[in-house]
Amino acid sequence: MEHYHMNLNLKVWRQKNCKTKGEFKLYRVENISSEMSFLEMFDVLNEQLIRDGDDPITFDHDCREGICGACSMYINGKPHGPWQANTTCQLHMRAFKDGDTVVVEPWRADAFPVIKDLMVDRSAFDRIIQAGGYISVNTGNAVDGNSLPIPKDDADASFAAAMCIGCGACVAACKNSSAMLFLSAKVSHLALLPQGNPERKSRVMNMVAQMDKEGFGACTNTGACEATCPKEISLSNIARLNQEYLMAGLTEK
Amino acid sequence: MTWKQVFTSSVGRKLVMAFTGIFLILFLIIHVGLNACIWANDGGEMFNKGAHFMGANWVPRLLEVGLFAGLFLHIIQGFLLTASNRSKRSVGYAVSYGEGSKWYSRSMGLLGTLILLFLVLHLYHFWLPNRSHQGFLLGEEINLYEKMKLEFSELWVVVVYALGCMSLGYHLAHGFQSAFRTLGVHNKRYNALFTSLGYAFAIIVPLLFIMMPVSFYMGWVN
Repeated sequence: MEHYHMNLNLKVWRQKNCKTKGEFKLYRVENISSEMSFLEMFDVLNEQLIRDGDDPITFDHDCREGICGACSMYINGKPHGPWQANTTCQLHMRAFKDGDTVVVEPWRADAFPVIKDLMVDRSAFDRIIQAGGYISVNTGNAVDGNSLPIPKDDADASFAAAMCIGCGACVAACKNSSAMLFLSAKVSHLALLPQGNPERKSRVMNMVAQMDKEGFGACTNTGACEATCPKEISLSNIARLNQEYLMAGLTEK
Repeated sequence: MTWKQVFTSSVGRKLVMAFTGIFLILFLIIHVGLNACIWANDGGEMFNKGAHFMGANWVPRLLEVGLFAGLFLHIIQGFLLTASNRSKRSVGYAVSYGEGSKWYSRSMGLLGTLILLFLVLHLYHFWLPNRSHQGFLLGEEINLYEKMKLEFSELWVVVVYALGCMSLGYHLAHGFQSAFRTLGVHNKRYNALFTSLGYAFAIIVPLLFIMMPVSFYMGWVN
Protein backbone atom coordinates (compact mmCIF):
# COMPACT_ATOMS: atom_id res chain seq x y z
CA MET A 1 0.00 0.00 0.00
CA GLU A 2 1.25 3.43 -0.92
CA HIS A 3 2.69 5.48 1.92
CA TYR A 4 1.51 9.09 2.13
CA HIS A 5 1.30 12.01 4.53
CA MET A 6 -1.78 14.01 5.46
CA ASN A 7 -3.01 17.05 7.32
CA LEU A 8 -6.18 16.57 9.37
CA ASN A 9 -8.72 18.67 11.19
CA LEU A 10 -9.78 17.07 14.47
CA LYS A 11 -12.92 17.87 16.39
CA VAL A 12 -12.30 16.38 19.82
CA TRP A 13 -14.57 16.24 22.88
CA ARG A 14 -12.92 17.97 25.86
CA GLN A 15 -14.39 17.59 29.31
CA LYS A 16 -12.62 18.32 32.58
CA ASN A 17 -14.46 15.71 34.66
CA CYS A 18 -17.84 14.03 35.08
CA LYS A 19 -19.29 17.07 36.88
CA THR A 20 -18.50 19.71 34.28
CA LYS A 21 -20.05 20.14 30.85
CA GLY A 22 -17.88 19.25 27.91
CA GLU A 23 -17.46 20.79 24.46
CA PHE A 24 -15.82 20.11 21.13
CA LYS A 25 -12.46 21.73 20.39
CA LEU A 26 -10.86 21.98 16.99
CA TYR A 27 -7.25 20.91 16.43
CA ARG A 28 -5.07 20.59 13.36
CA VAL A 29 -2.41 17.95 12.96
CA GLU A 30 0.07 18.06 10.09
CA ASN A 31 2.35 15.69 8.26
CA ILE A 32 0.72 12.55 9.68
CA SER A 33 2.00 9.30 8.17
CA SER A 34 -0.56 6.89 6.69
CA GLU A 35 1.29 4.10 8.52
CA MET A 36 0.66 5.55 11.96
CA SER A 37 -2.04 4.14 14.18
CA PHE A 38 -4.90 6.41 15.25
CA LEU A 39 -3.53 6.54 18.80
CA GLU A 40 -0.05 7.45 17.53
CA MET A 41 -1.68 10.36 15.71
CA PHE A 42 -3.17 11.36 19.10
CA ASP A 43 0.30 11.03 20.67
CA VAL A 44 1.59 13.49 18.06
CA LEU A 45 -1.28 15.88 18.86
CA ASN A 46 -0.65 15.58 22.60
CA GLU A 47 3.09 16.30 22.15
CA GLN A 48 2.04 19.38 20.22
CA LEU A 49 -0.39 20.43 23.00
CA ILE A 50 2.26 19.93 25.69
CA ARG A 51 4.75 21.99 23.67
CA ASP A 52 2.15 24.77 23.39
CA GLY A 53 1.51 24.62 27.15
CA ASP A 54 -2.03 23.20 26.73
CA ASP A 55 -3.64 20.33 28.59
CA PRO A 56 -3.07 17.08 26.63
CA ILE A 57 -6.13 15.00 25.67
CA THR A 58 -6.85 12.11 28.04
CA PHE A 59 -7.73 8.79 26.41
CA ASP A 60 -7.65 5.13 27.42
CA HIS A 61 -5.10 2.75 25.89
CA ASP A 62 -2.99 -0.15 27.00
CA CYS A 63 -1.82 -3.02 24.81
CA ARG A 64 -2.18 -1.19 21.48
CA GLU A 65 -2.50 -4.53 19.74
CA GLY A 66 -6.27 -5.01 19.79
CA ILE A 67 -6.62 -7.51 22.62
CA CYS A 68 -6.99 -5.64 25.91
CA GLY A 69 -10.19 -3.63 25.35
CA ALA A 70 -8.85 -0.41 26.87
CA CYS A 71 -9.14 1.94 23.90
CA SER A 72 -12.53 3.45 23.43
CA MET A 73 -12.96 6.30 20.98
CA TYR A 74 -16.14 6.98 19.00
CA ILE A 75 -14.72 8.13 15.66
CA ASN A 76 -16.83 9.78 12.94
CA GLY A 77 -20.05 8.24 14.25
CA LYS A 78 -18.81 4.71 14.91
CA PRO A 79 -17.19 3.10 17.95
CA HIS A 80 -13.55 2.25 17.13
CA GLY A 81 -13.76 4.10 13.80
CA PRO A 82 -14.66 3.15 10.23
CA TRP A 83 -13.06 -0.29 9.90
CA GLN A 84 -14.93 -3.52 10.65
CA ALA A 85 -13.88 -5.90 13.45
CA ASN A 86 -11.23 -3.47 14.63
CA THR A 87 -10.20 -1.58 17.74
CA THR A 88 -9.17 2.09 17.80
CA CYS A 89 -5.53 1.16 18.45
CA GLN A 90 -5.51 -1.02 15.34
CA LEU A 91 -7.14 1.67 13.20
CA HIS A 92 -4.47 3.07 10.94
CA MET A 93 -4.29 6.50 9.41
CA ARG A 94 -4.59 5.07 5.88
CA ALA A 95 -8.30 4.98 6.70
CA PHE A 96 -8.28 8.77 6.22
CA LYS A 97 -7.41 11.17 3.41
CA ASP A 98 -5.52 14.44 3.42
CA GLY A 99 -7.81 17.28 4.53
CA ASP A 100 -10.37 15.06 6.31
CA THR A 101 -12.22 16.29 9.38
CA VAL A 102 -12.39 13.61 12.09
CA VAL A 103 -14.89 13.88 14.94
CA VAL A 104 -13.79 12.06 18.10
CA GLU A 105 -16.20 11.53 21.02
CA PRO A 106 -16.09 9.42 24.19
CA TRP A 107 -18.43 6.42 24.68
CA ARG A 108 -21.69 8.10 25.60
CA ALA A 109 -23.82 6.31 28.19
CA ASP A 110 -24.81 7.41 31.68
CA ALA A 111 -23.52 4.06 32.97
CA PHE A 112 -20.08 5.05 31.57
CA PRO A 113 -19.49 8.51 33.11
CA VAL A 114 -16.71 10.58 31.54
CA ILE A 115 -13.60 10.68 33.73
CA LYS A 116 -11.84 13.19 31.50
CA ASP A 117 -12.01 14.03 27.79
CA LEU A 118 -12.25 10.70 25.93
CA MET A 119 -11.76 8.45 28.96
CA VAL A 120 -14.87 6.92 30.52
CA ASP A 121 -15.37 4.88 33.68
CA ARG A 122 -16.19 1.31 32.62
CA SER A 123 -16.03 -0.25 36.10
CA ALA A 124 -19.75 -1.08 35.72
CA PHE A 125 -18.56 -3.99 33.51
CA ASP A 126 -16.30 -5.24 36.33
CA ARG A 127 -19.22 -5.23 38.75
CA ILE A 128 -21.37 -7.18 36.26
CA ILE A 129 -18.62 -9.83 36.06
CA GLN A 130 -18.38 -9.88 39.86
CA ALA A 131 -22.12 -10.62 40.00
CA GLY A 132 -21.66 -14.02 38.35
CA GLY A 133 -19.24 -14.07 35.42
CA TYR A 134 -17.09 -16.81 36.94
CA ILE A 135 -17.16 -20.45 38.05
CA SER A 136 -16.59 -21.43 41.67
CA VAL A 137 -13.90 -24.13 41.81
CA ASN A 138 -11.13 -24.99 44.19
CA THR A 139 -7.81 -24.01 42.75
CA GLY A 140 -5.06 -26.56 42.45
CA ASN A 141 -3.31 -28.46 39.70
CA ALA A 142 -4.77 -28.08 36.23
CA VAL A 143 -7.02 -31.04 35.44
CA ASP A 144 -6.45 -33.25 32.41
CA GLY A 145 -7.95 -31.51 29.40
CA ASN A 146 -9.62 -34.71 28.21
CA SER A 147 -11.32 -35.57 31.49
CA LEU A 148 -14.40 -33.56 30.50
CA PRO A 149 -15.50 -34.32 26.95
CA ILE A 150 -16.87 -31.18 25.26
CA PRO A 151 -18.31 -31.23 21.73
CA LYS A 152 -16.14 -29.27 19.28
CA ASP A 153 -19.05 -27.02 18.19
CA ASP A 154 -19.80 -26.05 21.79
CA ALA A 155 -16.14 -25.39 22.53
CA ASP A 156 -15.89 -23.20 19.40
CA ALA A 157 -19.09 -21.26 20.20
CA SER A 158 -17.92 -20.77 23.77
CA PHE A 159 -14.54 -19.53 22.57
CA ALA A 160 -16.18 -17.14 20.08
CA ALA A 161 -18.17 -15.62 22.99
CA ALA A 162 -15.08 -15.54 25.22
CA MET A 163 -13.38 -13.37 22.58
CA CYS A 164 -15.22 -10.37 24.10
CA ILE A 165 -12.60 -7.92 25.40
CA GLY A 166 -15.13 -5.86 27.38
CA CYS A 167 -14.32 -2.60 25.58
CA GLY A 168 -17.90 -1.29 25.74
CA ALA A 169 -18.31 -0.53 22.02
CA CYS A 170 -21.65 -2.39 22.13
CA VAL A 171 -22.96 0.04 24.75
CA ALA A 172 -21.60 3.00 22.79
CA ALA A 173 -23.25 1.83 19.56
CA CYS A 174 -26.61 0.90 21.07
CA LYS A 175 -29.37 3.51 20.89
CA ASN A 176 -30.53 2.26 24.31
CA SER A 177 -27.02 2.21 25.85
CA SER A 178 -27.63 -1.47 26.54
CA ALA A 179 -24.83 -3.76 27.71
CA MET A 180 -26.66 -6.87 26.51
CA LEU A 181 -24.07 -8.01 23.95
CA PHE A 182 -21.30 -7.84 26.57
CA LEU A 183 -23.44 -9.61 29.15
CA SER A 184 -24.60 -12.25 26.67
CA ALA A 185 -21.00 -13.02 25.67
CA LYS A 186 -20.03 -13.49 29.32
CA VAL A 187 -23.10 -15.65 30.09
CA SER A 188 -22.77 -17.67 26.87
CA HIS A 189 -19.14 -18.65 27.15
CA LEU A 190 -19.82 -20.26 30.54
CA ALA A 191 -23.30 -21.62 29.74
CA LEU A 192 -21.89 -23.59 26.81
CA LEU A 193 -19.36 -25.46 28.94
CA PRO A 194 -20.00 -28.15 31.58
CA GLN A 195 -17.91 -26.18 34.09
CA GLY A 196 -20.44 -23.33 33.92
CA ASN A 197 -23.45 -25.55 34.42
CA PRO A 198 -23.81 -25.70 38.25
CA GLU A 199 -24.22 -21.93 38.57
CA ARG A 200 -25.94 -21.17 35.27
CA LYS A 201 -29.32 -20.11 36.70
CA SER A 202 -28.08 -17.86 39.49
CA ARG A 203 -25.40 -16.47 37.15
CA VAL A 204 -27.81 -15.14 34.52
CA MET A 205 -30.30 -13.75 37.07
CA ASN A 206 -27.62 -12.01 39.14
CA MET A 207 -25.74 -10.58 36.15
CA VAL A 208 -28.93 -9.20 34.56
CA ALA A 209 -29.92 -7.65 37.91
CA GLN A 210 -26.48 -6.03 38.22
CA MET A 211 -26.62 -4.74 34.64
CA ASP A 212 -29.98 -3.07 35.36
CA LYS A 213 -28.63 -1.62 38.60
CA GLU A 214 -25.69 -0.06 36.75
CA GLY A 215 -28.09 1.96 34.60
CA PHE A 216 -27.73 0.33 31.18
CA GLY A 217 -30.78 0.31 28.89
CA ALA A 218 -32.77 -2.68 27.68
CA CYS A 219 -31.97 -4.50 24.43
CA THR A 220 -34.28 -4.08 21.42
CA ASN A 221 -32.34 -6.39 19.05
CA THR A 222 -31.39 -3.65 16.57
CA GLY A 223 -28.04 -5.31 15.87
CA ALA A 224 -25.92 -2.12 16.04
CA CYS A 225 -23.73 -3.77 18.71
CA GLU A 226 -22.90 -6.78 16.56
CA ALA A 227 -22.09 -4.53 13.59
CA THR A 228 -19.52 -2.53 15.53
CA CYS A 229 -18.03 -5.18 17.85
CA PRO A 230 -14.24 -5.39 17.32
CA LYS A 231 -14.37 -9.09 18.15
CA GLU A 232 -17.50 -9.80 16.07
CA ILE A 233 -19.49 -11.20 19.00
CA SER A 234 -22.68 -12.59 17.49
CA LEU A 235 -26.14 -11.21 18.23
CA SER A 236 -27.27 -14.82 18.69
CA ASN A 237 -25.51 -14.72 22.08
CA ILE A 238 -28.22 -12.27 23.18
CA ALA A 239 -30.89 -14.78 22.14
CA ARG A 240 -29.02 -17.46 24.12
CA LEU A 241 -28.93 -15.12 27.12
CA ASN A 242 -32.70 -14.59 26.76
CA GLN A 243 -33.20 -18.35 26.73
CA GLU A 244 -30.97 -18.78 29.79
CA TYR A 245 -32.92 -16.04 31.55
CA LEU A 246 -36.33 -17.47 30.64
CA MET A 247 -35.40 -20.99 31.75
CA ALA A 248 -33.86 -19.69 34.99
CA GLY A 249 -36.81 -17.35 35.59
CA LEU A 250 -39.30 -20.18 35.17
CA THR A 251 -37.46 -22.84 37.16
CA GLU A 252 -35.26 -21.06 39.74
CA LYS A 253 -36.63 -21.34 43.28
CA MET B 1 -37.00 -15.13 43.24
CA THR B 2 -40.48 -13.73 42.61
CA TRP B 3 -42.51 -13.50 39.38
CA LYS B 4 -42.25 -9.74 39.70
CA GLN B 5 -38.45 -9.91 39.68
CA VAL B 6 -38.49 -12.18 36.63
CA PHE B 7 -40.76 -9.97 34.52
CA THR B 8 -39.61 -6.49 35.58
CA SER B 9 -35.89 -6.75 34.78
CA SER B 10 -34.69 -5.42 31.41
CA VAL B 11 -34.83 -8.95 29.95
CA GLY B 12 -38.15 -9.70 31.68
CA ARG B 13 -39.77 -6.60 30.18
CA LYS B 14 -38.55 -7.68 26.73
CA LEU B 15 -40.18 -11.05 27.37
CA VAL B 16 -43.49 -9.30 28.10
CA MET B 17 -43.14 -7.34 24.83
CA ALA B 18 -42.38 -10.56 22.93
CA PHE B 19 -45.24 -12.61 24.43
CA THR B 20 -47.82 -9.85 23.86
CA GLY B 21 -46.34 -9.11 20.42
CA ILE B 22 -46.73 -12.71 19.26
CA PHE B 23 -50.26 -12.75 20.71
CA LEU B 24 -51.09 -9.64 18.65
CA ILE B 25 -49.53 -11.23 15.56
CA LEU B 26 -51.90 -14.21 16.00
CA PHE B 27 -54.81 -11.76 16.28
CA LEU B 28 -53.75 -10.10 13.00
CA ILE B 29 -54.00 -13.47 11.23
CA ILE B 30 -57.61 -13.88 12.39
CA HIS B 31 -58.46 -10.25 11.63
CA VAL B 32 -57.06 -10.29 8.10
CA GLY B 33 -58.58 -13.72 7.35
CA LEU B 34 -62.04 -12.68 8.45
CA ASN B 35 -61.95 -9.33 6.68
CA ALA B 36 -60.80 -10.97 3.46
CA CYS B 37 -64.40 -12.28 3.21
CA ILE B 38 -65.33 -8.89 1.70
CA TRP B 39 -63.73 -10.11 -1.52
CA ALA B 40 -66.33 -12.89 -1.79
CA ASN B 41 -68.24 -10.14 -3.67
CA ASP B 42 -71.60 -11.27 -2.30
CA GLY B 43 -72.75 -7.91 -0.98
CA GLY B 44 -71.07 -8.59 2.36
CA GLU B 45 -73.09 -11.68 3.24
CA MET B 46 -70.13 -13.89 4.09
CA PHE B 47 -68.27 -11.06 5.83
CA ASN B 48 -71.25 -10.16 8.01
CA LYS B 49 -71.70 -13.83 8.98
CA GLY B 50 -68.11 -13.90 10.18
CA ALA B 51 -68.52 -10.57 11.98
CA HIS B 52 -71.68 -11.89 13.60
CA PHE B 53 -69.84 -14.99 14.87
CA MET B 54 -67.15 -12.78 16.42
CA GLY B 55 -69.54 -10.21 17.88
CA ALA B 56 -72.54 -12.22 19.09
CA ASN B 57 -70.80 -15.15 20.73
CA TRP B 58 -69.44 -15.20 24.28
CA VAL B 59 -66.23 -17.07 23.43
CA PRO B 60 -64.72 -14.55 20.98
CA ARG B 61 -66.09 -11.73 23.14
CA LEU B 62 -64.20 -13.04 26.16
CA LEU B 63 -61.09 -13.46 24.00
CA GLU B 64 -61.58 -9.82 23.00
CA VAL B 65 -61.08 -8.82 26.65
CA GLY B 66 -57.79 -10.75 26.57
CA LEU B 67 -56.89 -9.01 23.32
CA PHE B 68 -57.38 -5.57 24.86
CA ALA B 69 -55.41 -6.61 27.94
CA GLY B 70 -52.51 -7.81 25.73
CA LEU B 71 -52.71 -4.67 23.63
CA PHE B 72 -52.63 -2.35 26.66
CA LEU B 73 -49.73 -4.26 28.18
CA HIS B 74 -47.79 -4.04 24.88
CA ILE B 75 -48.51 -0.31 24.51
CA ILE B 76 -47.81 0.72 28.09
CA GLN B 77 -44.70 -1.44 28.38
CA GLY B 78 -43.52 -0.13 24.99
CA PHE B 79 -43.89 3.49 26.07
CA LEU B 80 -42.18 2.86 29.41
CA LEU B 81 -39.31 0.95 27.78
CA THR B 82 -38.77 3.60 25.11
CA ALA B 83 -38.75 6.37 27.73
CA SER B 84 -36.44 4.43 30.04
CA ASN B 85 -34.02 3.51 27.23
CA ARG B 86 -33.86 7.11 26.07
CA SER B 87 -32.99 8.30 29.56
CA LYS B 88 -29.81 6.19 29.64
CA ARG B 89 -27.79 8.62 27.51
CA SER B 90 -28.17 12.20 28.71
CA VAL B 91 -25.48 13.59 26.41
CA GLY B 92 -26.02 12.44 22.81
CA TYR B 93 -23.53 11.94 20.00
CA ALA B 94 -22.64 14.70 17.55
CA VAL B 95 -22.44 12.11 14.76
CA SER B 96 -25.00 9.33 15.11
CA TYR B 97 -24.35 5.68 14.26
CA GLY B 98 -26.92 4.65 11.69
CA GLU B 99 -25.22 2.09 9.46
CA GLY B 100 -25.19 -0.77 11.98
CA SER B 101 -28.95 -1.21 12.22
CA LYS B 102 -32.12 -0.74 10.18
CA TRP B 103 -34.02 2.53 10.72
CA TYR B 104 -37.26 0.74 11.54
CA SER B 105 -35.57 -1.39 14.21
CA ARG B 106 -34.48 1.85 15.90
CA SER B 107 -37.91 3.45 15.50
CA MET B 108 -40.21 0.89 17.11
CA GLY B 109 -41.50 3.45 19.62
CA LEU B 110 -42.36 5.96 16.87
CA LEU B 111 -43.94 3.30 14.62
CA GLY B 112 -45.91 1.96 17.59
CA THR B 113 -47.21 5.47 18.34
CA LEU B 114 -48.32 5.90 14.71
CA ILE B 115 -50.09 2.52 14.86
CA LEU B 116 -51.79 3.58 18.12
CA LEU B 117 -53.05 6.83 16.55
CA PHE B 118 -54.39 4.85 13.62
CA LEU B 119 -55.94 2.33 16.00
CA VAL B 120 -57.89 5.04 17.84
CA LEU B 121 -59.45 6.14 14.54
CA HIS B 122 -60.04 2.51 13.51
CA LEU B 123 -61.84 1.63 16.76
CA TYR B 124 -63.87 4.84 16.47
CA HIS B 125 -64.94 3.85 12.94
CA PHE B 126 -65.98 0.26 13.57
CA TRP B 127 -65.59 -1.23 17.04
CA LEU B 128 -67.16 1.61 19.07
CA PRO B 129 -70.34 2.18 17.00
CA ASN B 130 -70.91 -1.58 16.78
CA ARG B 131 -70.37 -2.35 20.45
CA SER B 132 -72.36 0.69 21.64
CA HIS B 133 -75.21 -0.44 19.34
CA GLN B 134 -75.00 -3.81 21.08
CA GLY B 135 -75.10 -2.10 24.47
CA PHE B 136 -71.61 -3.59 25.01
CA LEU B 137 -73.30 -6.97 25.55
CA LEU B 138 -74.56 -9.41 22.96
CA GLY B 139 -77.19 -7.13 21.39
CA GLU B 140 -77.92 -6.69 17.71
CA GLU B 141 -74.98 -5.56 15.60
CA ILE B 142 -74.78 -2.90 12.92
CA ASN B 143 -74.14 -3.89 9.29
CA LEU B 144 -70.34 -3.65 9.33
CA TYR B 145 -70.05 -4.21 5.60
CA GLU B 146 -72.21 -1.16 4.90
CA LYS B 147 -70.21 0.78 7.52
CA MET B 148 -66.97 -0.11 5.70
CA LYS B 149 -68.51 1.02 2.42
CA LEU B 150 -69.49 4.33 4.00
CA GLU B 151 -66.18 5.07 5.74
CA PHE B 152 -64.01 4.03 2.83
CA SER B 153 -65.81 6.30 0.39
CA GLU B 154 -63.67 9.16 1.78
CA LEU B 155 -60.19 9.49 0.28
CA TRP B 156 -58.52 10.83 3.44
CA VAL B 157 -59.73 7.79 5.40
CA VAL B 158 -58.24 5.45 2.79
CA VAL B 159 -54.93 7.36 2.91
CA VAL B 160 -54.78 7.32 6.73
CA TYR B 161 -55.55 3.58 6.79
CA ALA B 162 -52.83 2.94 4.21
CA LEU B 163 -50.29 4.93 6.25
CA GLY B 164 -51.36 3.19 9.47
CA CYS B 165 -50.93 -0.23 7.85
CA MET B 166 -47.52 0.76 6.45
CA SER B 167 -46.41 1.67 9.98
CA LEU B 168 -47.68 -1.74 11.06
CA GLY B 169 -45.64 -3.37 8.27
CA TYR B 170 -42.37 -1.76 9.36
CA HIS B 171 -43.19 -2.46 13.04
CA LEU B 172 -43.65 -6.13 12.15
CA ALA B 173 -40.53 -6.24 9.96
CA HIS B 174 -38.48 -5.85 13.13
CA GLY B 175 -40.93 -7.02 15.77
CA PHE B 176 -41.74 -10.44 14.33
CA GLN B 177 -38.19 -11.80 14.27
CA SER B 178 -37.12 -9.83 17.34
CA ALA B 179 -39.89 -11.45 19.41
CA PHE B 180 -38.54 -14.92 18.64
CA ARG B 181 -34.98 -13.85 19.46
CA THR B 182 -36.26 -12.53 22.76
CA LEU B 183 -37.86 -15.88 23.48
CA GLY B 184 -34.42 -17.39 23.05
CA VAL B 185 -34.29 -18.68 19.47
CA HIS B 186 -30.58 -18.70 18.64
CA ASN B 187 -30.41 -21.66 16.32
CA LYS B 188 -29.17 -20.44 12.91
CA ARG B 189 -31.77 -22.38 10.91
CA TYR B 190 -34.67 -21.15 13.02
CA ASN B 191 -33.38 -17.58 13.06
CA ALA B 192 -33.22 -17.60 9.26
CA LEU B 193 -36.72 -19.11 9.14
CA PHE B 194 -38.26 -16.54 11.50
CA THR B 195 -36.50 -13.65 9.77
CA SER B 196 -37.86 -14.66 6.33
CA LEU B 197 -41.26 -15.48 7.78
CA GLY B 198 -41.26 -12.10 9.56
CA TYR B 199 -40.50 -10.16 6.36
CA ALA B 200 -43.16 -12.12 4.44
CA PHE B 201 -45.73 -11.50 7.19
CA ALA B 202 -44.77 -7.81 7.44
CA ILE B 203 -45.38 -7.34 3.70
CA ILE B 204 -48.36 -9.62 3.01
CA VAL B 205 -50.64 -8.87 5.98
CA PRO B 206 -50.44 -5.03 5.91
CA LEU B 207 -50.78 -5.13 2.10
CA LEU B 208 -54.00 -7.16 2.40
CA PHE B 209 -55.27 -4.69 5.01
CA ILE B 210 -54.44 -1.74 2.73
CA MET B 211 -56.25 -3.39 -0.17
CA MET B 212 -59.51 -3.45 1.83
CA PRO B 213 -60.23 0.32 1.95
CA VAL B 214 -58.71 0.67 -1.52
CA SER B 215 -61.10 -2.01 -2.86
CA PHE B 216 -64.11 -0.16 -1.44
CA TYR B 217 -62.90 3.23 -2.64
CA MET B 218 -62.20 1.97 -6.15
CA GLY B 219 -65.48 0.07 -6.27
CA TRP B 220 -63.81 -3.33 -6.72
CA VAL B 221 -66.27 -4.88 -4.25
CA ASN B 222 -70.02 -4.43 -4.23
